[in-house]
Amino acid sequence: MTTLESSKETQKNNFEVNEKHEDFRMFGLITFLIADGMTFAGFFAAYLTYKAVNPLPDGAIYELELPIPTLNTILLLVSSATFHKAGKALLKDRNSDSQKWLFFTAFLGIIFLICQLFEYFHLPFGLTDNLFASTFYALTGFHGLHVTLGTLMILIIAWQSRLNGGRVTSQNMFPLEAVELYWHFVDGIWVILFIILYLL
Amino acid sequence: MTISIDPQKSDKSLQPKGWLRYFSFSLDHKVIGVQYLVCGFLFYLIGGTLASAIRIELASPMSDFMPRDVYNQVLTLHGTIMIFLWIVPVVNGAFGNYLIPFYVGARDMAFPRLNAVAFWLIPPSGLMLVASYFVEGAAQAGWTAYPPLSITTPQSGQIIWIMSVLLLGGSSIFGGINFIATIIKLRRPGLKLMQLPMYCWAMLGTSLLVVLSTPVLAGTLILLSFDIIANTGFFNPVLGGNVVVYQHLFWFYSHPAVYIMVLPAFGLVSEILPVHARKPLFGYTTMVFSIMGIVVLGLVVWAHHMFTSGTPPWMRLFFTIATAFIAVPTGIKFFNWVATLWGGKISINSAMLFSCGFIINFVFGGITGVALAQVPFDIHVHDTYFVVAHFHYIVYGGTVFIIFSSIYHWFPKVTGKMLNEKLGILHFIITFIGFNLCFAPQHWLGLNGMPRRVAEYDPQFQFVNQISSLGALLMAISTIPFLINIFLSMTNGKISGDNPWDALTPEWLTSSPPPVENWKGEAPLVEEPYGYGKKLSEQN
Repeated sequence: MTTLESSKETQKNNFEVNEKHEDFRMFGLITFLIADGMTFAGFFAAYLTYKAVNPLPDGAIYELELPIPTLNTILLLVSSATFHKAGKALLKDRNSDSQKWLFFTAFLGIIFLICQLFEYFHLPFGLTDNLFASTFYALTGFHGLHVTLGTLMILIIAWQSRLNGGRVTSQNMFPLEAVELYWHFVDGIWVILFIILYLL
Repeated sequence: MTISIDPQKSDKSLQPKGWLRYFSFSLDHKVIGVQYLVCGFLFYLIGGTLASAIRIELASPMSDFMPRDVYNQVLTLHGTIMIFLWIVPVVNGAFGNYLIPFYVGARDMAFPRLNAVAFWLIPPSGLMLVASYFVEGAAQAGWTAYPPLSITTPQSGQIIWIMSVLLLGGSSIFGGINFIATIIKLRRPGLKLMQLPMYCWAMLGTSLLVVLSTPVLAGTLILLSFDIIANTGFFNPVLGGNVVVYQHLFWFYSHPAVYIMVLPAFGLVSEILPVHARKPLFGYTTMVFSIMGIVVLGLVVWAHHMFTSGTPPWMRLFFTIATAFIAVPTGIKFFNWVATLWGGKISINSAMLFSCGFIINFVFGGITGVALAQVPFDIHVHDTYFVVAHFHYIVYGGTVFIIFSSIYHWFPKVTGKMLNEKLGILHFIITFIGFNLCFAPQHWLGLNGMPRRVAEYDPQFQFVNQISSLGALLMAISTIPFLINIFLSMTNGKISGDNPWDALTPEWLTSSPPPVENWKGEAPLVEEPYGYGKKLSEQN
């Protein structure tokens, strides 16, 4: 037992002496988000190519309405701002404020998903109706999956930033910052998606 | 009461010791490297068996050894296993994990846990891939899985194939993120980028390609699986889809994948040649720039695989020129290796022989590559055995030769024991003769119009095909001396000492096999990893 503990002690010392390095977890996350962005880039490229070379067959219906996606864009942009507020609050050790902002952000994410589903159920075309319908559902669905994962992570962060026993504190900001970066990334993708799918 | 122990470190001290650690969720980069190599080699044996089956079938013009659809399934599985389970994991994962932390002067990779996850994705997805052969409707559309073939043939095996490749792609991306973070962020203080051994640069370039292009393949395969499962029409012309879009997206990954397979081999050969020729690596800076040039150009040449897919003329022109340009950085690297050997004090051992074999084979593969970039020639030999010969010269004659060379070079490092040189040279001779006997005649077959991926052929090609099959038999036999060699050395090998090659790169400046965490004290600062041929006083 003592030997195990002493070896841990030396390893710990080694860690402090030799292995002091900057925190590069954020660097890894950014690399991952670039990779994730390339997946979307592939989808966008496919969609734009279809748009350029594959005409919509006669009688096929592919029409999108703007109100819901515009509302969704606003929701996500506001949620980015509220997330930022949460980070600022946590930095000043105001954990309960931070939790409030985080829950509000997650709430906005959930509203986004509900609106998205509402749009799905009221569109005049289904997944297999035509090429553009399929691409529309694949792109928005893949993005919706990202929003779902993001919302779950925000809820976990919100729970973990509670005052007593929470692991996300002003000393351990990384989880919050990581999810925040991810959330901004998902927002950015949505803006591009909104422009390409709805406005072009 | 709080106990503050770094969880990562405590995990490490509790991990199993001895050979059992190779079957554990180890976080040690050296263990993970060996896990990658052994796992990859087992799949290489499976893929090699499939290759032998293909060559037995092709020894006679009719499909008498196996039915035609089984032939297609076998060649699909052969290609997928060799690329995704042998070459990519071994040349990146195995040697990268083992060597990169040494080269940057670190005790482990940047994200050890992610590293272990990346490795442990491979065995289950490999088993899935092999299992996909046994379900009804095994994948038979080739490793490219081109629609409409992949969506019209029986599909359950194809879906398992897609899932498996998605997992392997995920593993590859995690590995790539880890390598980039390790090389950029985890360098020992004082170690400059331009002092890194060449393999680090090769892995940095490779990992950039992995991170930028593999996700596109993942997205494409997700769309393909929608076509198969949900009856959408992304790539199905009957439903208004576009097969050429699949080809563009697929080759956006799969052409860089060629560099993902061969750039690390460039790096490894740049480590091996200076040690055994006792000369500094020639043209370090040009090597670095040509690697990065290959990375940039490698991303914009994918459509040269699609010259017969109705590609518009401007696209043909652009991709022909871009592809021809890649010959420039590659040529620079080739001449640098030759110049490294020139006037060196060369020791003829297995590692050196395999590296020289690589240089010879790679020139062949490179020249046919430039030829294939030219549209008129490409249209003539598209989808013939000329292409098969070309890419086997790159991936087998190039990369697999370097994998063997690296095993001979680093085996003493990993195990502390020497491999038998006589058996190693025998292994090289049989492999080299067998390989060239197998694939050189296929250039002729392709030029004369024998199509690839077909179980039957015109009887006039029989004699040349039999020569090729004889070569394949030699390649299969060549594995035997290698396996005997490994077995004898593991059980009863000569003790190598810490640095049997008198090498200067950092991994040799610790004991062999290295301790956990790589160095007893602080990591050494190696400013000149290739400072051979200088007086000892100058080195210090």
